[in-house]
Amino acid sequence: MKKRKIFIDGIFANNAAFILFLGMCPTLATTKSFMSAFGMGIAVIATIILTNVAISAIRRWVPNEIRIPVLIVIIASIVTIIEMLMQAFMYDLSQTLGVYLSLIVVNCVILGRAEAFAMKNNVFDSFLDALGTGIGFLAGLLALALAREFLGTGGLAFSSLLTGKALWSFQLIPDNYVIPLFVDAPGAFIMFGLLAALINFVVMKVAENKKKKALAMAGGK
Amino acid sequence: MTFIILGLSAILINNIILTRFLGICPLLGVSKKNSSAIGMSLAVIFVVTMSAILSYSLYMYVLHPLGIGYLKLVSFILIIASFVQFVEMFLKRFVPSLYQSLGIYLPLITTNCVVLAVSLDVVAMSGGVANYDFLTMLIYSFFTGVGYAFILIIFSFIQERLINDKNTPRSFKGSAVALITIGLLVMAFMGFRGMI
Repeated sequence: MKKRKIFIDGIFANNAAFILFLGMCPTLATTKSFMSAFGMGIAVIATIILTNVAISAIRRWVPNEIRIPVLIVIIASIVTIIEMLMQAFMYDLSQTLGVYLSLIVVNCVILGRAEAFAMKNNVFDSFLDALGTGIGFLAGLLALALAREFLGTGGLAFSSLLTGKALWSFQLIPDNYVIPLFVDAPGAFIMFGLLAALINFVVMKVAENKKKKALAMAGGK
Repeated sequence: MTFIILGLSAILINNIILTRFLGICPLLGVSKKNSSAIGMSLAVIFVVTMSAILSYSLYMYVLHPLGIGYLKLVSFILIIASFVQFVEMFLKRFVPSLYQSLGIYLPLITTNCVVLAVSLDVVAMSGGVANYDFLTMLIYSFFTGVGYAFILIIFSFIQERLINDKNTPRSFKGSAVALITIGLLVMAFMGFRGMI
């Protein structure tokens, strides 16, 4: 497989959040605000890169029968390390993410890539795959968070990831016209459903156009 | 009385799916048929309660006294994975009929975030004192599992109709419309807020 395709597929064709619907719990829970979604995405990228590289490096010594427990222990150790680092250096963010930070362990995206890709490919390919999948997941989180925060609070607020200090914010929709439902639990599901439908629609249109083009080419010959 | 309130709140008000978004993947995955939703629900209730008991005991009597509380994530996930494996082997050997109906859902539970989240919840500490004593932990974990089962079964009835519905637009088919339906379900359950 070409290196570029491995990387790009993780972002678009196999996007974890919106095409495969993996790791939905953090996607719904941490997209209340743009900054918490960003923090979650970064934590997931760090975890998936470390686990994919580690697992791909030891893949020859892992017996096939007990591979799942081995994978889970590696993932859990790496998540513990990242959680402790975050508590030390990004305390506010780790408080916002709360239990969802620990729950990265059972995020199907990470176990899925470890099992499906890292166990079968070399270290560099696994790194590229992890980077692509991670960026795709981050993009999904950010898209959902942008839509939710914008409709729910009328604007966006950015703060520093390290200190949690507010950096810059703006508001476009006046307070009377915002829909607070979207920052609440039901809004998460509804907005995710709407975005998923939109992406489905685009994917279908692209596939149809490709088919038409192929038919036209075949007809022309 | 406090136990009844704790149980009711875990089912209706602080439902783990509806307010904390946990366990959505199995909710969408196995809810397409009633029978599988019921099988999954029973398996979840059992595994959540048992693994909460095991994790609580391990943390309170071993990890915390030894000062190695940071190992909880690794040890809990190992406990859950091995417990699920053990239950699977036990059922296969002694209750084959139950194994037939639950069999395929059991391995899936390991990656169900509800189980790990409840285990992490019950060992939460504030100021060096455990938030839950043993009995409260038992009630909390059991009723959280029941709350999960409750929503899973309700949703499977809705899903059965959604799948056969001809009016759903093509791009909404599958997960998109299911997610929006859960959103409406959450809104309905928000009515219970403030009841206790």
